[in-house]
Amino acid sequence: MSTANFDLTYNYKVVRQFTIMTVVWGILGMAMGVLIASQLYWPSMNLDLPWTHFGRLRPLHTNLVIFGFGGSALFATSYYVVQRTCQARLLSDGLAAFTFWGWNLVLVLACITLPMGFTSTKEYAELEWPIDILITVVWVAYAMVFFGTIMKRKAKHIYVANWFYGAFIITVAVLHIGNNLELPVSAFKSYSIYAGVTDAMMQWWWGHNAVGFFLTAGFLGMMYYFVPKQADRPVYSYRLSIVHFWALLATYVWAGGHHLHYSALPDWAQTAGMVMSLILLAPSWGGMINGMMTLSGAWHKLRTDPILRFLVVSLSFYGMSTFEGPMMAIKTVNALSHNTDWTIGHVHSGALGWVAMISIGATYHLVPKLWGVSKMYSVNLINIHFWLATIGTVLYIVAMWVNGIMQGLMWRAVNADGTLTYSFVEALEASKPGYLVRFIGGAIFLSGMLVMAYNAWMTVRQKDAVALDNSAPQAA
Amino acid sequence: MSTFWSIWISVIVLGTVLGCWWLLWSVRRGQSSDLETDQTTGHSYDGIEEYDNPLPKWWVHLFTATIVFSLGYLVLYPGLGSFEGLLGWTQEKQWEQEMQKAEARYGELYARYADTPVKELAQNEDALQMGQRLFANNCAVCHGSAARGAIGFPNLTDDAWIWGGSPENIKTTLHNGRQNAMPAKGTMPNMTSEQVDQVVNYVLSFSDRERSAEAAEAGEKVFQQACVACHGPNGKGNPALGAPNLTDDAWLYGSTYDWIKETVMNGRQNEMPAQEGRLSDDQIHILATYVWSLSNRGQ
Ligand code: HEC
Ligand code: HEC
Ligand code: HEM
Ligand code: HEM
Repeated sequence: MSTANFDLTYNYKVVRQFTIMTVVWGILGMAMGVLIASQLYWPSMNLDLPWTHFGRLRPLHTNLVIFGFGGSALFATSYYVVQRTCQARLLSDGLAAFTFWGWNLVLVLACITLPMGFTSTKEYAELEWPIDILITVVWVAYAMVFFGTIMKRKAKHIYVANWFYGAFIITVAVLHIGNNLELPVSAFKSYSIYAGVTDAMMQWWWGHNAVGFFLTAGFLGMMYYFVPKQADRPVYSYRLSIVHFWALLATYVWAGGHHLHYSALPDWAQTAGMVMSLILLAPSWGGMINGMMTLSGAWHKLRTDPILRFLVVSLSFYGMSTFEGPMMAIKTVNALSHNTDWTIGHVHSGALGWVAMISIGATYHLVPKLWGVSKMYSVNLINIHFWLATIGTVLYIVAMWVNGIMQGLMWRAVNADGTLTYSFVEALEASKPGYLVRFIGGAIFLSGMLVMAYNAWMTVRQKDAVALDNSAPQAA
Repeated sequence: MSTFWSIWISVIVLGTVLGCWWLLWSVRRGQSSDLETDQTTGHSYDGIEEYDNPLPKWWVHLFTATIVFSLGYLVLYPGLGSFEGLLGWTQEKQWEQEMQKAEARYGELYARYADTPVKELAQNEDALQMGQRLFANNCAVCHGSAARGAIGFPNLTDDAWIWGGSPENIKTTLHNGRQNAMPAKGTMPNMTSEQVDQVVNYVLSFSDRERSAEAAEAGEKVFQQACVACHGPNGKGNPALGAPNLTDDAWLYGSTYDWIKETVMNGRQNEMPAQEGRLSDDQIHILATYVWSLSNRGQ
């Protein structure tokens, strides 16, 4: 590298901190998921207390897994990737530390306020207005650190991973602010400034982009660094990344309408939501193809490298859920799938299969690097984790598909005189076995996370492990 | 929708779809070759390079197919502002059509019982089964699948009726619904807590429940002043007002001291939703028959 700068060091401290919290929030959030899954099978698990009731713990689950687990993974990897691909230290160590403490404060506040019942009631935006303001401040600091670092880069071009991280940061900022405009009436209660169907559309504009940008674009950024890095192969096609990046952005922001099919939302907006969702198939698969094809010539590595296996399987689940999504966005399909467990299955094929698996792969890649050791304590344990995660995910989503399609069919079945064949309770009763399978799958997935925590702990405790806070760029 | 918004929406929807198309084709045309290469773009980021490979052909076709489908869909269905689409489809029209289809298909099944009086129809097993299914779909959420009710929702299988149990009464209840309210402390807003205790004990005495005899005796006077207007001098109620009979040991709310005290202290409000417009007259006729039969079996 002709322009190597020998004074340059990277800020690994904040990356390390966020990496640790990825594991911590991952375990807590998924434990919450397993708990609410058990409540749907054994209602007594609600413990008859308001704080432990399903209605209050469900949003805690979603907040902890999306913003705690997914968010920490995105912070950690984006700070790592932006420094290394731009050959520049983070813009400001102080601001970066602020994003760490601020973001975790948000999550701690979520753990307190949601069980207490404080909620703005908007899905994935439940936190009340004082916390919303804190999120905004932290997010602005994040944007400053990230884009400030990009401005400091040595190379003329910006690596594709950073396009995705950048798009994710900007879009989430805009939609977080847009959707959370609310009138406070007391310290912990506010009302949305939008009314009726406008409010619903704003909510799902945000909601779908929580999926499209938080759970997708950001993780595609992760994919574009860790897959080629771990496989040690060039990215398959630069052209493909250009097309799928811009098309993904353009169509994702439109797709929110598919959450409001057959509702008070005007027909034109539903149609727009549907056609953009269909078009979204190709841009989504563009990312999958680019990741998968990067492995061509390196497939044999899958046999020995469970980290790479995590990354590849996550891409398969990504491809699967982004095929399923556009299908579910078609009105006639949605008429069957909406409100059933099919949606929950779709969510978790994305959330467990894609988001969690790729984050886990990236974490295994990062931990040794951040603590200056050559590899994880035990490759065998990574392998075990891989199988636990895969089996857990498959059990979860298959159970929900079966349940979902069965519920959809039972709800619409009619007798010869046009009355409904089944009551709601009958469909619920029929879903019970699926809920047990989902609980088991979730518990298996969670046990994998515990294996990872142990493996990471043993890795950083190895004799030669040192926390690398101010690491100089190593030869790649 | 104003013309401005209509044009605005059309432009951005089409702009996004066609923009995707343009993006796809312009990047594709810039390809040096359609074959895989081992040429990279020449950049290296932290050691990662990028091949200059062409867009996979099948993927380009997939992308194009979804764009073509979408444009076709936008021509046929409402999507471009106030343009209604060539098919003239709306979700309201779809709903109306499905309702008409259902009416055409099932209406006849219900209509054939319309002229049979309730008491006679109650002998017809088929009609009763139909009524039971209608009940399960429309009424069981509140009254329970066995129609035995729950707190606040009356039991429809016993002889105790708030609004009367004749076929005509039941039909009126179903057609128009019932709005019901009992004012707190009846007609005696300044009732003392001692008097509340007394009148509650008095109400308990109607059905011979455990009570303080002394308080119950004193309660009779309070009852005469605060309650008779609706529940009548003997507490037997008044179906015309929707005031329940307090002597029959059938309870809409609980039968204990605490429940009755709660009713007296705070009053009650309740509603049976009107079915007219939700269900057809013929269906209501069959439902009324079913409900009537529940407490008149064997007659
Ligand atoms: C939303 C809940 C709800 C639904 C649905 C409902 N009901 Fe009711 N119904 C009530 C309540 C509450 C009352 C008591 C009203 C009152 O306190 O006067 C009632 C009262 C009645 C009564 C009068 C009982 C009496 O003692 O006079 C009849 C008959 C009845 N319902 C039949 C039906 C039938 C048949 C259906 C189905 C078409 C139905 N209800 C659906 C809540 C409901
Ligand atoms: C203005 C008319 C009115 C007056 C006065 C009135 N009630 Fe009522 N009461 C009603 C109505 C109507 C209901 C039924 C409420 C419902 O359907 O929810 C009712 C219900 C009740 C019930 C509940 C019955 C059950 O089955 O659970 C009790 C007990 C009762 N009244 C006691 C009293 C007593 C005691 C007084 C005098 C202090 C009184 N009411 C005065 C109209 C009245
Ligand atoms: C151990 C693993 C997990 C288990 C057992 C689990 C379980 C659950 C359960 C039971 C629900 C409620 C479903 C319902 O209401 O019917 C739920 C909802 C949800 N979970 Fe998970 N979950 C897990 C992991 C995750 C992860 C890792 C993510 C995201 C990264 C996630 C994201 C969500 C979301 C977004 C919802 C809401 C879905 C909706 O409203 O449609 N979950 N989860
Ligand atoms: C092309 C991509 C995708 C499309 C078109 C799509 C489409 C859909 C549709 C139609 C629904 C059901 C809406 C309803 O009936 O209520 C849905 C729900 C959902 N999807 Fe996707 N999906 C896609 C990808 C993903 C991915 C990759 C993830 C996760 C990482 C994801 C997470 C979710 C979540 C969390 C919900 C539940 C929302 C809720 O009701 O709370 N989706 N999606």
